[in-house]
Amino acid sequence: MIRALRWLFFAVVARLIVLVVLGLNVRHRERLPTSGPAIIVGNHNSHLDTLVLMTLLPLGLLPRVRPVAAADYFLGKGLLSWFAINIVGILPLERRPVRGMDPLAACSSALTQGDILILYPEGTRGEPEELGAFKSGIAHLAARCPEAQTIPVYMKGLGKALPKGEGLLVPFFCDVFVGEALRCDGNRRTYMASLQAAYEALAQEAGDRRPLRVTAMPPT
Amino acid sequence: MDALAVSPNVLWVFAAICAALLCASAISALLARGAGRDGHRELRLRVRSWWLMVAVFAAALTLHRNLTLIFFAFVSFLALKEYLSLIPTRRSDRRVLFWAYLTIPAQYVWVGMEWYGMFIIFLPVYVFLFLPLRMVLVGETTEFLRAAGTLHWGLMTTVFSISHVAFLLVLPEARNPVAGGAGLVLYLVLLTESNDIAQYLWGKSLGRRKILPKVSPNKTWAGFLGGVVTVTVLAVMLAPYLTPLDPLHAGVAGALVGTGGFVGDVVISAVKRDIGVKDSGALIPGHGGILDRIDSLTYTAPLLFHYLRYLSF
Repeated sequence: MIRALRWLFFAVVARLIVLVVLGLNVRHRERLPTSGPAIIVGNHNSHLDTLVLMTLLPLGLLPRVRPVAAADYFLGKGLLSWFAINIVGILPLERRPVRGMDPLAACSSALTQGDILILYPEGTRGEPEELGAFKSGIAHLAARCPEAQTIPVYMKGLGKALPKGEGLLVPFFCDVFVGEALRCDGNRRTYMASLQAAYEALAQEAGDRRPLRVTAMPPT
Repeated sequence: MDALAVSPNVLWVFAAICAALLCASAISALLARGAGRDGHRELRLRVRSWWLMVAVFAAALTLHRNLTLIFFAFVSFLALKEYLSLIPTRRSDRRVLFWAYLTIPAQYVWVGMEWYGMFIIFLPVYVFLFLPLRMVLVGETTEFLRAAGTLHWGLMTTVFSISHVAFLLVLPEARNPVAGGAGLVLYLVLLTESNDIAQYLWGKSLGRRKILPKVSPNKTWAGFLGGVVTVTVLAVMLAPYLTPLDPLHAGVAGALVGTGGFVGDVVISAVKRDIGVKDSGALIPGHGGILDRIDSLTYTAPLLFHYLRYLSF
Protein backbone atom coordinates (compact mmCIF):
# COMPACT_ATOMS: atom_id res chain seq x y z
CA MET A 1 0.00 0.00 0.00
CA ILE A 2 2.68 2.48 1.07
CA ARG A 3 4.85 1.33 -1.84
CA ALA A 4 2.00 1.98 -4.24
CA LEU A 5 1.47 5.44 -2.72
CA ARG A 6 5.17 6.16 -3.09
CA TRP A 7 5.12 5.04 -6.72
CA LEU A 8 2.01 7.13 -7.40
CA PHE A 9 3.54 10.20 -5.77
CA PHE A 10 6.67 10.03 -7.92
CA ALA A 11 4.90 8.91 -11.10
CA VAL A 12 2.26 11.66 -10.96
CA VAL A 13 2.71 14.44 -8.39
CA ALA A 14 6.51 14.78 -8.49
CA ARG A 15 6.63 14.56 -12.29
CA LEU A 16 3.84 17.12 -12.62
CA ILE A 17 5.66 19.57 -10.34
CA VAL A 18 9.10 18.99 -11.82
CA LEU A 19 8.29 18.63 -15.52
CA VAL A 20 5.20 20.82 -15.98
CA VAL A 21 5.18 23.47 -13.26
CA LEU A 22 8.96 23.86 -13.31
CA GLY A 23 10.46 22.34 -16.45
CA LEU A 24 14.00 20.98 -16.71
CA ASN A 25 16.84 21.43 -19.18
CA VAL A 26 19.01 18.37 -18.57
CA ARG A 27 22.55 18.29 -20.00
CA HIS A 28 24.36 14.87 -20.27
CA ARG A 29 21.40 12.78 -19.11
CA GLU A 30 23.20 9.66 -20.39
CA ARG A 31 25.70 9.94 -17.51
CA LEU A 32 23.06 9.05 -14.91
CA PRO A 33 23.39 5.59 -13.33
CA THR A 34 21.21 2.80 -14.65
CA SER A 35 21.71 0.59 -11.62
CA GLY A 36 23.09 0.65 -8.08
CA PRO A 37 25.19 0.90 -6.08
CA ALA A 38 25.71 4.57 -6.73
CA ILE A 39 25.88 7.89 -4.91
CA ILE A 40 24.22 10.81 -6.65
CA VAL A 41 25.74 13.98 -5.29
CA GLY A 42 23.75 17.19 -5.55
CA ASN A 43 24.14 20.83 -4.61
CA HIS A 44 21.40 21.67 -2.12
CA ASN A 45 19.30 24.82 -2.35
CA SER A 46 15.70 23.72 -2.07
CA HIS A 47 13.38 20.92 -1.01
CA LEU A 48 12.74 20.57 -4.75
CA ASP A 49 16.29 19.21 -5.28
CA THR A 50 15.29 15.75 -4.12
CA LEU A 51 12.14 15.72 -6.28
CA VAL A 52 14.21 16.74 -9.31
CA LEU A 53 16.96 14.16 -8.77
CA MET A 54 14.40 11.41 -8.20
CA THR A 55 12.48 12.40 -11.34
CA LEU A 56 15.67 12.15 -13.43
CA LEU A 57 15.87 8.43 -12.70
CA PRO A 58 13.43 5.98 -14.32
CA LEU A 59 10.47 4.87 -12.19
CA GLY A 60 11.71 1.30 -12.32
CA LEU A 61 14.65 2.27 -10.10
CA LEU A 62 12.41 3.98 -7.53
CA PRO A 63 12.50 1.17 -4.93
CA ARG A 64 16.32 1.42 -4.98
CA VAL A 65 16.57 5.20 -4.57
CA ARG A 66 17.16 6.56 -1.05
CA PRO A 67 17.73 10.26 -0.38
CA VAL A 68 19.98 10.78 2.63
CA ALA A 69 18.36 13.40 4.87
CA ALA A 70 19.04 15.09 8.20
CA ALA A 71 17.53 13.07 11.05
CA ASP A 72 17.15 16.17 13.25
CA TYR A 73 15.09 17.99 10.60
CA PHE A 74 12.91 15.25 9.18
CA LEU A 75 12.29 12.82 12.04
CA GLY A 76 9.76 13.28 14.79
CA LYS A 77 7.61 16.03 13.27
CA GLY A 78 4.33 14.15 12.75
CA LEU A 79 3.13 14.35 9.17
CA LEU A 80 6.44 15.59 7.74
CA SER A 81 8.23 12.68 9.33
CA TRP A 82 5.68 10.16 7.99
CA PHE A 83 5.94 11.66 4.50
CA ALA A 84 9.74 11.77 4.53
CA ILE A 85 10.13 8.17 5.68
CA ASN A 86 7.35 6.46 3.73
CA ILE A 87 6.82 8.45 0.55
CA VAL A 88 10.20 10.06 -0.11
CA GLY A 89 11.92 7.05 1.44
CA ILE A 90 14.69 8.95 3.19
CA LEU A 91 17.66 7.38 4.90
CA PRO A 92 18.04 9.45 8.09
CA LEU A 93 21.53 10.73 8.87
CA GLU A 94 22.57 12.00 12.31
CA ARG A 95 24.26 15.34 11.64
CA ARG A 96 25.74 15.49 15.19
CA PRO A 97 26.51 11.89 16.11
CA VAL A 98 27.30 10.99 19.70
CA ARG A 99 30.66 9.46 20.49
CA GLY A 100 31.08 5.83 19.54
CA MET A 101 28.20 5.65 17.08
CA ASP A 102 28.76 5.21 13.34
CA PRO A 103 26.62 7.78 11.50
CA LEU A 104 27.31 6.24 8.09
CA ALA A 105 26.35 2.64 8.98
CA ALA A 106 22.88 2.84 7.38
CA CYS A 107 24.25 4.50 4.23
CA SER A 108 27.02 1.99 3.65
CA SER A 109 24.74 -0.99 4.25
CA ALA A 110 22.24 0.46 1.73
CA LEU A 111 25.06 0.76 -0.81
CA THR A 112 26.11 -2.81 -0.13
CA GLN A 113 22.56 -3.87 -1.03
CA GLY A 114 22.92 -2.05 -4.35
CA ASP A 115 20.85 1.04 -3.54
CA ILE A 116 21.26 4.46 -5.14
CA LEU A 117 21.81 7.16 -2.53
CA ILE A 118 21.11 10.84 -3.03
CA LEU A 119 23.46 12.90 -0.93
CA TYR A 120 24.03 16.61 -0.37
CA PRO A 121 27.58 17.09 0.95
CA GLU A 122 26.83 20.73 1.80
CA GLY A 123 24.77 19.28 4.64
CA THR A 124 22.09 21.99 4.43
CA ARG A 125 20.20 24.02 1.84
CA GLY A 126 22.01 27.22 2.80
CA GLU A 127 21.59 30.50 0.97
CA PRO A 128 19.54 30.36 -2.25
CA GLU A 129 21.65 29.69 -5.36
CA GLU A 130 24.92 29.57 -3.39
CA LEU A 131 27.23 26.58 -3.26
CA GLY A 132 28.42 25.97 0.31
CA ALA A 133 31.42 24.04 1.59
CA PHE A 134 31.37 20.26 1.05
CA LYS A 135 31.68 18.17 4.18
CA SER A 136 34.01 15.22 3.95
CA GLY A 137 31.59 12.53 5.20
CA ILE A 138 30.91 11.53 1.60
CA ALA A 139 34.58 10.60 1.14
CA HIS A 140 34.38 8.23 4.12
CA LEU A 141 31.29 6.62 2.61
CA ALA A 142 32.80 6.31 -0.87
CA ALA A 143 36.01 4.84 0.57
CA ARG A 144 34.00 2.16 2.40
CA CYS A 145 32.09 1.19 -0.76
CA PRO A 146 34.61 1.34 -3.61
CA GLU A 147 32.20 -0.46 -5.96
CA ALA A 148 29.73 2.44 -5.79
CA GLN A 149 30.17 5.09 -8.46
CA THR A 150 29.66 8.75 -7.55
CA ILE A 151 27.75 10.94 -10.00
CA PRO A 152 27.96 14.70 -9.38
CA VAL A 153 24.86 16.67 -10.43
CA TYR A 154 24.74 20.45 -10.52
CA MET A 155 21.30 22.07 -10.32
CA LYS A 156 20.57 25.70 -11.05
CA GLY A 157 17.38 27.71 -10.54
CA LEU A 158 15.65 25.63 -7.86
CA GLY A 159 16.72 28.06 -5.14
CA LYS A 160 14.74 30.68 -7.05
CA ALA A 161 11.65 28.47 -7.35
CA LEU A 162 11.47 27.41 -3.69
CA PRO A 163 14.25 28.75 -1.44
CA LYS A 164 14.76 27.83 2.20
CA GLY A 165 12.16 29.37 4.47
CA GLU A 166 9.55 29.95 1.73
CA GLY A 167 6.34 27.99 1.31
CA LEU A 168 5.25 29.41 -2.05
CA LEU A 169 6.52 27.71 -5.20
CA VAL A 170 7.15 30.12 -8.09
CA PRO A 171 7.65 28.40 -11.48
CA PHE A 172 11.05 28.73 -13.19
CA PHE A 173 12.81 26.58 -15.75
CA CYS A 174 15.75 24.87 -14.05
CA ASP A 175 19.04 23.63 -15.48
CA VAL A 176 20.54 20.29 -14.52
CA PHE A 177 24.13 19.35 -15.43
CA VAL A 178 25.18 15.74 -14.89
CA GLY A 179 28.89 15.10 -14.42
CA GLU A 180 31.01 12.03 -15.20
CA ALA A 181 31.06 9.20 -12.69
CA LEU A 182 33.90 9.08 -10.13
CA ARG A 183 35.12 6.27 -7.93
CA CYS A 184 37.04 6.26 -4.68
CA ASP A 185 40.21 4.15 -4.83
CA GLY A 186 40.71 4.44 -1.08
CA ASN A 187 42.40 7.83 -0.97
CA ARG A 188 39.81 10.19 0.44
CA ARG A 189 41.81 13.33 -0.30
CA THR A 190 42.11 12.65 -4.03
CA TYR A 191 38.43 11.66 -4.09
CA MET A 192 37.40 14.98 -2.49
CA ALA A 193 39.70 16.87 -4.86
CA SER A 194 38.24 15.20 -7.94
CA LEU A 195 34.69 15.78 -6.68
CA GLN A 196 35.53 19.41 -6.18
CA ALA A 197 37.06 19.64 -9.65
CA ALA A 198 33.97 17.98 -11.14
CA TYR A 199 31.72 20.54 -9.46
CA GLU A 200 33.84 23.44 -10.60
CA ALA A 201 33.67 22.16 -14.18
CA LEU A 202 29.87 21.74 -13.98
CA ALA A 203 29.43 25.21 -12.46
CA GLN A 204 31.53 26.64 -15.26
CA GLU A 205 29.46 24.81 -17.87
CA ALA A 206 26.39 26.34 -16.22
CA GLY A 207 27.95 29.79 -16.55
CA ASP A 208 28.53 30.16 -12.80
CA ARG A 209 31.80 30.82 -11.06
CA ARG A 210 31.58 29.73 -7.49
CA PRO A 211 34.61 29.00 -5.37
CA LEU A 212 34.02 25.72 -3.65
CA ARG A 213 35.47 25.14 -0.22
CA VAL A 214 35.99 21.68 1.19
CA THR A 215 35.82 21.15 4.92
CA ALA A 216 39.22 20.22 6.31
CA MET A 217 39.74 16.47 6.23
CA PRO A 218 40.43 14.91 9.64
CA PRO A 219 43.76 13.03 9.88
CA THR A 220 43.28 9.45 8.75
CA MET B 1 -19.08 24.69 -31.19
CA ASP B 2 -19.37 21.05 -30.21
CA ALA B 3 -16.79 18.30 -30.37
CA LEU B 4 -15.24 18.07 -33.83
CA ALA B 5 -17.72 20.59 -35.15
CA VAL B 6 -15.02 22.61 -36.89
CA SER B 7 -15.62 23.46 -40.49
CA PRO B 8 -14.38 20.93 -43.06
CA ASN B 9 -12.22 23.71 -44.53
CA VAL B 10 -10.11 23.70 -41.36
CA LEU B 11 -9.56 19.95 -41.70
CA TRP B 12 -8.64 20.32 -45.39
CA VAL B 13 -6.05 22.93 -44.55
CA PHE B 14 -4.58 20.62 -41.92
CA ALA B 15 -4.43 17.90 -44.56
CA ALA B 16 -2.50 20.30 -46.81
CA ILE B 17 -0.11 21.09 -43.94
CA CYS B 18 0.52 17.35 -43.48
CA ALA B 19 1.26 17.03 -47.20
CA ALA B 20 3.78 19.89 -46.95
CA LEU B 21 5.39 18.28 -43.90
CA LEU B 22 5.65 14.96 -45.75
CA CYS B 23 7.59 16.78 -48.48
CA ALA B 24 9.82 18.37 -45.83
CA SER B 25 10.47 14.95 -44.23
CA ALA B 26 11.29 13.44 -47.61
CA ILE B 27 13.69 16.29 -48.50
CA SER B 28 15.45 16.13 -45.15
CA ALA B 29 15.79 12.33 -45.45
CA LEU B 30 17.30 12.72 -48.96
CA LEU B 31 19.70 15.43 -47.77
CA ALA B 32 20.74 13.27 -44.83
CA ARG B 33 21.51 10.31 -47.11
CA GLY B 34 23.85 12.44 -49.18
CA ALA B 35 25.60 14.04 -46.24
CA GLY B 36 26.54 11.12 -43.99
CA ARG B 37 25.69 10.25 -40.44
CA ASP B 38 25.55 13.62 -38.67
CA GLY B 39 24.62 15.71 -41.69
CA HIS B 40 21.57 17.94 -41.43
CA ARG B 41 20.80 16.64 -37.95
CA GLU B 42 19.40 20.05 -36.98
CA LEU B 43 17.05 20.01 -39.98
CA ARG B 44 15.82 16.50 -39.22
CA LEU B 45 15.17 17.45 -35.58
CA ARG B 46 13.40 20.58 -36.70
CA VAL B 47 11.06 18.75 -39.09
CA ARG B 48 10.31 16.11 -36.47
CA SER B 49 9.42 18.82 -33.96
CA TRP B 50 7.15 20.43 -36.58
CA TRP B 51 5.21 17.17 -36.88
CA LEU B 52 4.69 17.07 -33.13
CA MET B 53 3.70 20.73 -32.89
CA VAL B 54 1.22 20.43 -35.77
CA ALA B 55 -0.30 17.30 -34.20
CA VAL B 56 -0.77 18.98 -30.81
CA PHE B 57 -2.09 22.19 -32.37
CA ALA B 58 -4.51 20.29 -34.63
CA ALA B 59 -5.87 18.28 -31.70
CA ALA B 60 -6.24 21.39 -29.54
CA LEU B 61 -7.96 23.35 -32.28
CA THR B 62 -10.39 20.72 -33.57
CA LEU B 63 -11.50 18.80 -30.47
CA HIS B 64 -13.15 21.42 -28.25
CA ARG B 65 -13.27 25.20 -27.89
CA ASN B 66 -12.19 25.16 -24.23
CA LEU B 67 -9.33 22.82 -25.06
CA THR B 68 -8.05 25.40 -27.54
CA LEU B 69 -8.20 28.10 -24.86
CA ILE B 70 -6.36 25.89 -22.36
CA PHE B 71 -3.75 25.12 -25.02
CA PHE B 72 -3.00 28.80 -25.64
CA ALA B 73 -3.05 29.55 -21.89
CA PHE B 74 -0.41 26.83 -21.52
CA VAL B 75 1.65 28.34 -24.34
CA SER B 76 1.50 31.68 -22.49
CA PHE B 77 2.54 29.95 -19.26
CA LEU B 78 5.54 28.25 -20.90
CA ALA B 79 6.59 31.47 -22.61
CA LEU B 80 6.28 33.60 -19.45
CA LYS B 81 8.15 30.98 -17.44
CA GLU B 82 10.92 30.89 -20.02
CA TYR B 83 11.11 34.70 -20.04
CA LEU B 84 11.21 34.98 -16.24
CA SER B 85 13.86 32.25 -16.07
CA LEU B 86 16.06 34.18 -18.50
CA ILE B 87 15.86 37.70 -17.09
CA PRO B 88 17.39 38.66 -13.75
CA THR B 89 14.64 38.83 -11.13
CA ARG B 90 14.82 40.12 -7.57
CA ARG B 91 14.42 37.58 -4.83
CA SER B 92 12.08 39.97 -3.01
CA ASP B 93 9.66 39.84 -5.95
CA ARG B 94 8.76 36.15 -5.58
CA ARG B 95 5.19 36.94 -4.59
CA VAL B 96 4.89 39.55 -7.32
CA LEU B 97 5.97 36.95 -9.91
CA PHE B 98 3.39 34.56 -8.53
CA TRP B 99 0.69 37.20 -9.14
CA ALA B 100 2.06 37.66 -12.64
CA TYR B 101 1.51 33.94 -13.32
CA LEU B 102 -2.06 34.23 -11.99
CA THR B 103 -2.90 36.78 -14.69
CA ILE B 104 -2.74 33.95 -17.25
CA PRO B 105 -5.84 32.02 -16.12
CA ALA B 106 -7.68 35.32 -15.59
CA GLN B 107 -6.89 36.61 -19.09
CA TYR B 108 -8.05 33.36 -20.74
CA VAL B 109 -11.22 33.32 -18.63
CA TRP B 110 -12.10 36.73 -20.10
CA VAL B 111 -11.54 35.18 -23.54
CA GLY B 112 -13.77 32.22 -22.64
CA MET B 113 -16.48 34.66 -21.45
CA GLU B 114 -16.11 36.54 -24.76
CA TRP B 115 -15.76 39.69 -22.60
CA TYR B 116 -13.82 41.89 -25.02
CA GLY B 117 -13.78 45.01 -22.82
CA MET B 118 -12.07 43.24 -19.94
CA PHE B 119 -9.80 41.19 -22.24
CA ILE B 120 -8.41 44.32 -23.87
CA ILE B 121 -7.73 46.41 -20.72
CA PHE B 122 -6.96 43.82 -18.04
CA LEU B 123 -3.19 43.56 -18.63
CA PRO B 124 -2.42 47.02 -20.04
CA VAL B 125 -4.41 48.81 -17.32
CA TYR B 126 -5.29 46.82 -14.21
CA VAL B 127 -2.26 44.52 -14.04
CA PHE B 128 -0.01 47.41 -15.06
CA LEU B 129 -1.30 49.36 -12.06
CA PHE B 130 -1.48 46.46 -9.61
CA LEU B 131 1.94 44.78 -9.87
CA PRO B 132 3.97 47.91 -8.96
CA LEU B 133 1.63 48.35 -5.97
CA ARG B 134 2.41 44.79 -4.89
CA MET B 135 6.13 45.56 -5.30
CA VAL B 136 5.81 48.68 -3.16
CA LEU B 137 4.18 46.59 -0.44
CA VAL B 138 7.30 44.40 -0.44
CA GLY B 139 9.30 47.59 0.08
CA GLU B 140 12.45 46.88 -1.96
CA THR B 141 13.37 49.95 -4.04
CA THR B 142 16.74 48.87 -5.48
CA GLU B 143 16.25 48.11 -9.20
CA PHE B 144 12.51 48.81 -8.77
CA LEU B 145 11.98 50.35 -12.19
CA ARG B 146 13.90 47.62 -14.00
CA ALA B 147 11.93 44.91 -12.18
CA ALA B 148 8.54 46.53 -12.82
CA GLY B 149 9.39 47.35 -16.44
CA THR B 150 10.79 43.97 -17.44
CA LEU B 151 7.91 42.13 -15.77
CA HIS B 152 5.27 44.16 -17.54
CA TRP B 153 7.03 43.84 -20.91
CA GLY B 154 7.09 40.07 -20.43
CA LEU B 155 3.38 39.91 -19.58
CA MET B 156 2.42 42.04 -22.57
CA THR B 157 4.44 39.83 -24.92
CA THR B 158 3.74 36.37 -23.59
CA VAL B 159 0.21 36.74 -22.19
CA PHE B 160 -1.52 39.77 -23.72
CA SER B 161 -0.28 39.26 -27.29
CA ILE B 162 -0.68 35.49 -27.36
CA SER B 163 -4.19 35.66 -25.87
CA HIS B 164 -5.23 37.51 -29.07
CA VAL B 165 -4.86 34.21 -30.94
CA ALA B 166 -7.39 32.71 -28.54
CA PHE B 167 -9.80 35.64 -28.89
CA LEU B 168 -9.95 35.04 -32.67
CA LEU B 169 -11.56 31.71 -31.79
CA VAL B 170 -14.50 33.28 -29.95
CA LEU B 171 -15.30 35.97 -32.51
CA PRO B 172 -18.91 35.50 -33.74
CA GLU B 173 -19.12 32.46 -36.04
CA ALA B 174 -21.85 34.05 -38.13
CA ARG B 175 -19.45 36.67 -39.53
CA ASN B 176 -17.10 33.98 -40.85
CA PRO B 177 -19.43 31.33 -42.28
CA VAL B 178 -16.68 29.54 -44.24
CA ALA B 179 -14.62 28.40 -41.23
CA GLY B 180 -15.63 30.15 -37.97
CA GLY B 181 -13.19 31.20 -35.26
CA ALA B 182 -11.04 28.09 -35.67
CA GLY B 183 -10.48 29.10 -39.31
CA LEU B 184 -9.19 32.52 -38.24
CA VAL B 185 -6.84 30.98 -35.66
CA LEU B 186 -5.49 28.57 -38.25
CA TYR B 187 -5.12 31.41 -40.80
CA LEU B 188 -3.05 33.49 -38.36
CA VAL B 189 -0.85 30.67 -37.07
CA LEU B 190 -0.27 29.11 -40.51
CA LEU B 191 0.65 32.45 -42.11
CA THR B 192 2.95 33.38 -39.23
CA GLU B 193 4.84 30.08 -39.21
CA SER B 194 5.01 29.95 -43.04
CA ASN B 195 6.48 33.44 -42.94
CA ASP B 196 9.19 32.28 -40.50
CA ILE B 197 10.07 29.36 -42.77
CA ALA B 198 9.86 31.38 -46.00
CA GLN B 199 12.10 34.15 -44.60
CA TYR B 200 14.63 31.51 -43.54
CA LEU B 201 14.61 29.74 -46.93
CA TRP B 202 14.80 32.94 -49.02
CA GLY B 203 17.56 34.26 -46.76
CA LYS B 204 19.56 31.02 -46.98
CA SER B 205 19.30 30.76 -50.77
CA LEU B 206 19.49 34.39 -51.97
CA GLY B 207 20.34 36.49 -48.93
CA ARG B 208 23.36 38.74 -49.17
CA ARG B 209 22.75 42.24 -47.80
CA LYS B 210 22.24 42.20 -44.06
CA ILE B 211 19.19 44.04 -42.83
CA LEU B 212 19.91 44.46 -39.09
CA PRO B 213 23.50 43.25 -38.60
CA LYS B 214 23.75 44.45 -34.99
CA VAL B 215 20.65 42.63 -33.80
CA SER B 216 20.39 39.54 -35.95
CA PRO B 217 23.37 38.94 -38.26
CA ASN B 218 21.63 36.14 -40.19
CA LYS B 219 18.69 38.27 -41.36
CA THR B 220 18.93 39.61 -44.90
CA TRP B 221 16.86 41.87 -47.15
CA ALA B 222 16.20 38.96 -49.52
CA GLY B 223 14.88 36.86 -46.64
CA PHE B 224 12.62 39.62 -45.39
CA LEU B 225 11.18 40.63 -48.78
CA GLY B 226 10.93 37.05 -50.03
CA GLY B 227 9.02 36.14 -46.88
CA VAL B 228 6.60 39.05 -47.22
CA VAL B 229 5.86 38.23 -50.88
CA THR B 230 5.45 34.50 -50.19
CA VAL B 231 3.13 34.99 -47.24
CA THR B 232 1.09 37.62 -49.12
CA VAL B 233 0.47 35.15 -51.94
CA LEU B 234 -0.39 32.43 -49.41
CA ALA B 235 -2.75 34.80 -47.56
CA VAL B 236 -4.69 35.57 -50.76
CA MET B 237 -4.87 31.88 -51.68
CA LEU B 238 -6.10 30.72 -48.26
CA ALA B 239 -8.49 33.60 -47.50
CA PRO B 240 -11.60 32.23 -49.26
CA TYR B 241 -11.37 28.95 -47.32
CA LEU B 242 -10.66 30.34 -43.85
CA THR B 243 -11.69 34.01 -43.63
CA PRO B 244 -14.32 36.53 -44.75
CA LEU B 245 -11.59 38.66 -46.45
CA ASP B 246 -11.70 39.64 -50.13
CA PRO B 247 -8.46 39.21 -52.14
CA LEU B 248 -7.27 42.81 -51.69
CA HIS B 249 -7.81 42.78 -47.91
CA ALA B 250 -6.24 39.34 -47.70
CA GLY B 251 -3.15 40.62 -49.50
CA VAL B 252 -2.81 43.42 -46.95
CA ALA B 253 -3.26 40.85 -44.15
CA GLY B 254 -0.42 38.80 -45.66
CA ALA B 255 1.89 41.82 -45.85
CA LEU B 256 0.97 42.69 -42.27
CA VAL B 257 1.86 39.18 -41.07
CA GLY B 258 5.08 39.14 -43.10
CA THR B 259 6.28 42.47 -41.72
CA GLY B 260 4.97 41.97 -38.18
CA GLY B 261 6.45 38.47 -38.01
CA PHE B 262 9.85 39.81 -38.98
CA VAL B 263 9.66 42.55 -36.34
CA GLY B 264 8.57 40.12 -33.60
CA ASP B 265 11.47 37.85 -34.51
CA VAL B 266 14.13 40.59 -34.34
CA VAL B 267 12.68 42.12 -31.16
CA ILE B 268 13.01 38.79 -29.32
CA SER B 269 16.49 38.46 -30.90
CA ALA B 270 17.43 41.81 -29.38
CA VAL B 271 16.16 40.66 -25.98
CA LYS B 272 18.20 37.43 -26.21
CA ARG B 273 21.26 39.40 -27.28
CA ASP B 274 20.80 41.73 -24.32
CA ILE B 275 20.58 38.79 -21.92
CA GLY B 276 23.45 37.01 -23.67
CA VAL B 277 21.83 33.74 -24.80
CA LYS B 278 21.49 32.25 -28.28
CA ASP B 279 18.30 30.29 -27.71
CA SER B 280 15.62 31.13 -25.17
CA GLY B 281 15.51 27.52 -23.99
CA ALA B 282 15.75 23.88 -25.04
CA LEU B 283 12.09 22.86 -24.96
CA ILE B 284 11.64 22.14 -28.69
CA PRO B 285 14.45 20.07 -30.26
CA GLY B 286 15.92 21.83 -33.31
CA HIS B 287 14.03 25.06 -32.60
CA GLY B 288 15.28 26.18 -29.17
CA GLY B 289 12.82 27.42 -26.60
CA ILE B 290 9.14 28.26 -26.84
CA LEU B 291 9.94 31.98 -27.19
CA ASP B 292 12.10 31.18 -30.23
CA ARG B 293 9.06 29.57 -31.84
CA ILE B 294 6.40 32.14 -30.92
CA ASP B 295 8.51 35.32 -31.21
CA SER B 296 6.86 36.37 -34.47
CA LEU B 297 3.40 35.50 -33.13
CA THR B 298 3.77 38.10 -30.38
CA TYR B 299 3.52 40.74 -33.12
CA THR B 300 1.33 39.09 -35.73
CA ALA B 301 -1.43 38.01 -33.30
CA PRO B 302 -2.51 41.46 -32.07
CA LEU B 303 -1.87 43.05 -35.49
CA LEU B 304 -3.96 40.59 -37.50
CA PHE B 305 -6.62 40.37 -34.78
CA HIS B 306 -7.32 44.10 -34.77
CA TYR B 307 -7.13 44.27 -38.55
CA LEU B 308 -9.75 41.51 -38.89
CA ARG B 309 -11.89 42.92 -36.11
CA TYR B 310 -11.91 46.37 -37.75
CA LEU B 311 -12.82 44.98 -41.17
CA SER B 312 -15.27 42.21 -40.42
CA PHE B 313 -16.51 42.11 -36.82
